[in-house]
Amino acid sequence: MGHTITEKILLSHAIGVKKIAPGDFIRAKIDICLGNDITSPIAIKEFRQLGRKKVFNQKRVMLVPDHFLPAKDMRSANQAHILKEFAEEFGITNYFELGEMGIEHALLPERGLIMPGDLMIGADSHTCTHGALGAFATGMGSTDLAYAMAFGECWLKVPETIKLLFTGKPRKWVGGKDLILHAIADLGVSGALYKSLEITGETIENLSMDDRFSMCNMAIEAGAKNGIIAPDKTTERYIKAAVKKYKPSRKTYKMIRSDKDAVYADVREYNISKLEPVVAAPHLPSNGKGVSEFKNIKVDQVVFGSCTNGRISDLKQAASVLKNKKVNPNTRLIVIPATQAIYMEAVKEGYAEIFVRSGGVFCTPSCGPCLGGHLGILHDGEVSVATTNRNFVGRMGHPKSFIYLANPAIAAASAVKGMIAHPSDL
Amino acid sequence: MRLKGKVHKFGDDINTDEIIPARYLITSDPEELAKHCMEDADPNFVKKVKKGDIIVGGENFGCGSSREHAPIAIKAAGVSCVIARSFARIFYRNSINIGLPIFTSRKAAEHLKSGDIAEVDASKGRIRKAKQKKVYDSEVFPKFITEIIRSGGLMKYAKKKK
Repeated sequence: MGHTITEKILLSHAIGVKKIAPGDFIRAKIDICLGNDITSPIAIKEFRQLGRKKVFNQKRVMLVPDHFLPAKDMRSANQAHILKEFAEEFGITNYFELGEMGIEHALLPERGLIMPGDLMIGADSHTCTHGALGAFATGMGSTDLAYAMAFGECWLKVPETIKLLFTGKPRKWVGGKDLILHAIADLGVSGALYKSLEITGETIENLSMDDRFSMCNMAIEAGAKNGIIAPDKTTERYIKAAVKKYKPSRKTYKMIRSDKDAVYADVREYNISKLEPVVAAPHLPSNGKGVSEFKNIKVDQVVFGSCTNGRISDLKQAASVLKNKKVNPNTRLIVIPATQAIYMEAVKEGYAEIFVRSGGVFCTPSCGPCLGGHLGILHDGEVSVATTNRNFVGRMGHPKSFIYLANPAIAAASAVKGMIAHPSDL
Repeated sequence: MRLKGKVHKFGDDINTDEIIPARYLITSDPEELAKHCMEDADPNFVKKVKKGDIIVGGENFGCGSSREHAPIAIKAAGVSCVIARSFARIFYRNSINIGLPIFTSRKAAEHLKSGDIAEVDASKGRIRKAKQKKVYDSEVFPKFITEIIRSGGLMKYAKKKK
């Protein structure tokens, strides 16, 4: 009987067992563990209480203070300080101080730090993003991170896998964000609970890495343990370019694929050739509907950014819609590139100028408003369109504010119109 | 271990942004977090909750972010345990890791209402409404998770084992 890619990666990291099956609890060696400025302080406190003199591997613990930096207040500055102090004391190679810092799930792949075949855990629920590289990557809590930093392992239950099979060529303005919102609308916010979401199909084979990251990023919004796309030539091109530019300490990787006779708990097929861009209405990411169903929804704020859609192709798409246009005078536009490299490229390519000239603002990399931190909090009754990943009650500010999740093209058109719109409406 | 307390009932998909909004994630101090427990789901929860009380949720309790601040806030607010129809997976493992007792029981979650007094035999995972005979079973934990819970959390378990 064959195995899925997730099962194979878990088996290759499992301690003390020669075979595994869904439902088994295993101890697994980890390749990478990750924390940010809100999750690491708890992990660091727990780690210190163990009294160990070293972390399991100085190169494999990644600390990225991306949520509340540049420090939004004194207490956030304190949390950032805890990371910096720990990184210095324990010789953490991959600690990213402000200036190098970017949104963790965009930054680490950019730097060539995550490899196909890796087992990665992160104290951030969107760690599943890295499954786009053909790695098993899953979100956990701070105590799990502390344990991993100390022992280089974690406990895991082997998940069953749901296969998502996408066929058809996407229409103009339809990308990874729309495909995953479509699937989450079908599955529901707990439809993939405890399961691995394996994203496959000819549509996916033709998707860019940026679109693949967007898709795996939102696997958690269906309750999945991880999202994963088998690595192929597109993945290898991306990895090789990152390794050449940034020269990380690891250069080798494992190209793992599901067996043809792998067993799946469920297979969902989506022919997306007629799919229009999807918008998820408040207050659940599963409330996705075609953009044409949203009429006369006035928008107070549009946010571009986050680990979901803060990458260069997202900004390029937004800039192509906003070029020579003006943002509606009643709508605020906030653009947050995910990393410094993306920021610089957006400046070089002229996208930053397009955003500012259209009447928007262009910010430094940060998770910022996505989780209601800073750089664009919503007031009572305000409506936002965002290229982010969650629209729960109070997610971006006031509990009585409203968030519509969308792709960059829809977000840009909505900024111009002052209401939810499609680029063809302009 | 026997747990007993008044039930506070919530619906499906209670997410971690509602349990502890990001505006409070500038601290990891349990006592501070406790003051804002469940704030965006029920702003009056912290005024109503008493030590030993029990939260009962629907499907997918604790979905969303991985913030361990969520079960930390619940535990520090004095809640003795959480019973739900199902738990989101990161919240589930975070609760085990910090020693917050959780019980998955569709029937208990369905029948318990706000204001009821519930009793839980934690070692057997058996739940009942006070003064009633009917007992609801909850999903059994695998052996090593039971060991983690008995040790009081993952790090205490680690100190014993390693």
